Amino acid sequence: MSKHARHLRGLTIATLVFFLAGLALTFFYAPDDVNQGFAQKIFYIHVPLAIVSLCGYVLGGVFGVIHLRTRERIWDLRSYTAIHMSLIFSVGGLLSGAIWAKVAWGHWWVWSEPTLVSYLIVVLLFCTYQPLRFSIEDPERQSMYASVFSVVAGAFVPLNFLIVRLSEAFVHPRVLNLEGGTLPGSMALAFYVMVIAVALLFATLMKFEMLAKETRGQTRRLRRKLLGDDAVAPVGRSAAPL
Amino acid sequence: MSGATEVETASAGASADTPRPPGTLATAAAILRKDLTVELRTFETVPAMAIFTVATFVIFHFGLQRDTLSGQLAAGVLAVSLLFAAILGTNRLFVAEREQGGFDGFLLAPVDRSAMFLAKAAALFLYMAVLELVAVPAFALFAGPPRLGSALGGLVLFLALADIAFAVIGTLVSALAVHTRARDLIGPIIGLPLQIPALICFALGTGHLFTLHGSQTPPGEWLLILGLYDVVNALLAYAVFDFLLEE
Repeated sequence: MSKHARHLRGLTIATLVFFLAGLALTFFYAPDDVNQGFAQKIFYIHVPLAIVSLCGYVLGGVFGVIHLRTRERIWDLRSYTAIHMSLIFSVGGLLSGAIWAKVAWGHWWVWSEPTLVSYLIVVLLFCTYQPLRFSIEDPERQSMYASVFSVVAGAFVPLNFLIVRLSEAFVHPRVLNLEGGTLPGSMALAFYVMVIAVALLFATLMKFEMLAKETRGQTRRLRRKLLGDDAVAPVGRSAAPL
Repeated sequence: MSGATEVETASAGASADTPRPPGTLATAAAILRKDLTVELRTFETVPAMAIFTVATFVIFHFGLQRDTLSGQLAAGVLAVSLLFAAILGTNRLFVAEREQGGFDGFLLAPVDRSAMFLAKAAALFLYMAVLELVAVPAFALFAGPPRLGSALGGLVLFLALADIAFAVIGTLVSALAVHTRARDLIGPIIGLPLQIPALICFALGTGHLFTLHGSQTPPGEWLLILGLYDVVNALLAYAVFDFLLEE
């Protein structure tokens, strides 16, 4: 059995259980916000998506470091999948953030919110990961350069947050508080369960993607063995590691 | 005699016959001298950057429809123009090495790979410094920011630190992009987000200097953060640069 398939069933069930529990807590247990009402519920999906995707970018950088040190392709695949999933989660995070901003502040986009702005900069940077990979043909060089990018960009995530937050703090002095720092207990419970659910979803999807890539490679090898080299079309240029 | 000593004697014998490879700084100085000589003979990069910057000031004049700029607007126009000029220089940085086999020659030589990073970053820094000798007077002429004379000292500090960020990140991104098919596109799209923190520090710091009744001293917190951003990026680039030169 492939090592990507290990624990996959358990992980999938855990994701499902935590998601259902998180959604149930969000809609039936956590009270409506006094000012924003029901619309504030989007907070329970938006913030976990944002947190998990940022951790995923940093994780991609960590995998990149290991790939550069060990030169094993599996780490490049892990780094790629982590960043790929984070990008998908980021799109969800940005869209839900825009909806929340519209409800809470009346605008789709708010420049005075440093967390939102630095998130956008990070997403813009990681949007270039796939084009970078795609424009390098040699797979060896592609994985090497992609890892260098993931290391630099992974380190950029905390740096960028620090600088954008400081710029707001210096320009408009205000009390720095952590997100969710003032949540009442029932809201906090729903929030943390949702964070775990989204993190589990991230891990599950990552494993599924790696398994799918591996299976596709195996199928190709088998088809080539059975039908001959000519029957299987060569792989086109790809941004993904094979 | 043990194996290790034999190897040591062998290498000692080899070093007596062949000249010792130059150190990192000497190698970097040689590459930098080569780059500056090529630039002085062809005038390919810096004049283009200067013309581009002046053209950008003119474009900002028409886009903003302002005869004079002050405060944050002035700082923003200067910062953005310099950043775009730096991107222009970044695109050209490794082109000669790639097209004329410089990379192969460098990889064959028994020298420290980091020397290439040091030399290219120094070259880009010098290009930016020379560019600013033209760009800042042109900015004073076209934008006429208030108190530019008294703010000059602080501005020079900010320019120096911002140039280090442009040079360090620019060199890294350029090395990353030069072997890709669409390097003219890949370089700027990776470089711009990475430069945003430097741009924030530079624009907010110099914005204070160009304000009519603002403080005369440059805001220390922005100098400090910009400096830290330079240091972190330089260390990071130094650590990963070797991987970009492998064949």
